[in-house]
Amino acid sequence: MKIAVLVKEVPDAAVEKRLDPASKRIDRSGEKNLNPFDTHALEAAVQLKEGGAPVEEIVAVTMGPDSSVRTLHKAVSLGANRSIQLTDDALAGSDVNATGYALAKVLESEAPDLVLLGQQSDDGENYTIGAVVADHLQFPSLTQVVDLKLEGNTLTMKRQAEYGYDTVEVDLPAVISVGDALNEPRYPSLKDIMGAKKKPLDTKSAADVGIDAGQVGEAGSKTEVLAINPPPAKEAGELIEDADADVDATVARIVSFLEERKLI
Amino acid sequence: MAGIIVYVLGKDGEFNKNSLGAISKAAQLAGEIGGEASAVVVGESFDDAKLAELGKYGAAKVYKVTGPEGVAQPVVDAIEKIATENDIKYALFGGGLLGFEIGAGLTARLNWGVTAEATGIRAEGGKLIVERPVLQDSAIVDVAYKGDGGVIVSRLNAFEPNDSIGAAGEVVDTPVEFKEHSLRAKLVARGVQEGADVNIEDADVIIAGGRGLGEAANFSLADDLAASLGGTVAATRAVVDAGWFPYAGQIGQTGKTVAPKLYLALGISGAIQHKVGMQASENIVAINKDPNAPIFEFSDLGVVGDLHSIAPKLTEAIKAKKGA
Ligand SMILES: Cc1cc2nc3c(=O)[nH]c(=O)nc-3n(C[C@H](O)[C@H](O)[C@H](O)COP(=O)(O)OP(=O)(O)OC[C@H]3O[C@@H](n4cnc5c(N)ncnc54)[C@H](O)[C@@H]3O)c2cc1C
Repeated sequence: MKIAVLVKEVPDAAVEKRLDPASKRIDRSGEKNLNPFDTHALEAAVQLKEGGAPVEEIVAVTMGPDSSVRTLHKAVSLGANRSIQLTDDALAGSDVNATGYALAKVLESEAPDLVLLGQQSDDGENYTIGAVVADHLQFPSLTQVVDLKLEGNTLTMKRQAEYGYDTVEVDLPAVISVGDALNEPRYPSLKDIMGAKKKPLDTKSAADVGIDAGQVGEAGSKTEVLAINPPPAKEAGELIEDADADVDATVARIVSFLEERKLI
Repeated sequence: MAGIIVYVLGKDGEFNKNSLGAISKAAQLAGEIGGEASAVVVGESFDDAKLAELGKYGAAKVYKVTGPEGVAQPVVDAIEKIATENDIKYALFGGGLLGFEIGAGLTARLNWGVTAEATGIRAEGGKLIVERPVLQDSAIVDVAYKGDGGVIVSRLNAFEPNDSIGAAGEVVDTPVEFKEHSLRAKLVARGVQEGADVNIEDADVIIAGGRGLGEAANFSLADDLAASLGGTVAATRAVVDAGWFPYAGQIGQTGKTVAPKLYLALGISGAIQHKVGMQASENIVAINKDPNAPIFEFSDLGVVGDLHSIAPKLTEAIKAKKGA
């Protein structure tokens, strides 16, 4: 079987994220990294293979600018056998709908048995791309999976929804987004990191995978940001900055706070 | 005329409060854009009389679809059919995991734009504009839809239900031919309550524990502190998924919504999905060793430090104070 793992380049967690007032998009300049949530999807793929599933290939797929090659190298160091980068100026500014469509076009040509992705991107706070991709591929789909077993062609999965934990069974092919409680991603060895650059990396344009240019990029997106506004003003709280320096003083302050608010 | 359809989630004969809030919001907006609000329910949990009650919250019509419950893709098929046949231009979801999944699938199916985490919606010139916070609520963007229509997935507790908007809704039996792939995900068990039954919704004082506790056994720090204050212990999803704490004690998006007099967090980062379940608390205190933890953005008292040294001494100090 073939597993495709969708990965994304995001601004490094340490970089303060902001919106670019001109383009009204997230300013993605500065240090970038593989979306940490995606490492759980890669780990899930590797564990399926190590667990004895007949996995011939794990393919990492991304859509992103030139710099996203580094993200693919990272994905390969974490267990993918090869990678595909969809990159094209026409794709810049794609919204969720357009991005999901474009990724589905790449996947169509790969015909994977299982598509895995992380529960969310570190920068976008959407949890939706998997279900968009699945509808285009006409695959069943489930998100936020925290337990996953493959027996034969059937995946049995557990995830938390509004009323508690649900167990769902799906016959492959399927698109599954995994929660961060599913596994503990491993660290790549130096050898894996060095070797990653030598593994095959295909670069594809929108035309290569038959993407309708009218459906992607800023022009093809179906949402438009009209304005960026500050959140409602809120009174700043008090912060004890170096609380460990004098724990007794810290504790005294917390207690007096609780007393002031009549909580003890 | 442009209608708004709301997916209504429910279990054990009760509708989800967030679905009801979404209907009430849709009814208000539909009035402003010259259309009608409707609801769609898939499954067999509700009889016609119960379904008609959705009319009180603002649903003029209630589309009743027989099909599998608790999975998203059959609902995508249902809404595609209903929207196409009834001039419906917007689909609104009151948050919830299925809401995200159905909304996303519908986006692809109908080629509509999607906005997640909506906290406000307004009508302008016959169209809807969505307000959604981004980047950990540091900014709010106004989003408009281009093209035919739009999907809106709202944030938990964004809209309040109002049961005095209308009379009984018209229940419309709606047969749907499901796609083959939509029927492939099979729900084996639904809503299993892993762990003990704890009640956090009625507590005045909540001590909430997160991954920063380090391991399940360290929940004793939260227990001790809660005992000293006469409070109850709650948790984040991260530790519930890890099996450290019962699901019934989870706060947030897929857990409970609480509003105690005191909410005190031990080792919780303050992710949006947690925040939506506790931001109405009267007093918020957080102990976290990371000065950049988002929780400090909405704490009344933030403590940047190690909970392992602070929590036990705090418990002792409160006991001493109370004994005095
Ligand atoms: C669709 C969806 C639904 C979700 N639903 C929910 C939900 O209902 N409820 C929920 O809670 N989450 C939910 N989440 C998950 C949420 O995004 C976060 O992952 C989760 O809330 C994080 O939990 P946490 O704060 O315990 O862990 P972390 O984010 O890992 O934070 C741990 C914190 O502990 C601090 N820490 C570590 N050691 C110490 C120490 N010694 N002393 C002090 N501080 C320390 C760290 O600095 C860190 O800030 C959902 C996510 C998604 C995508």
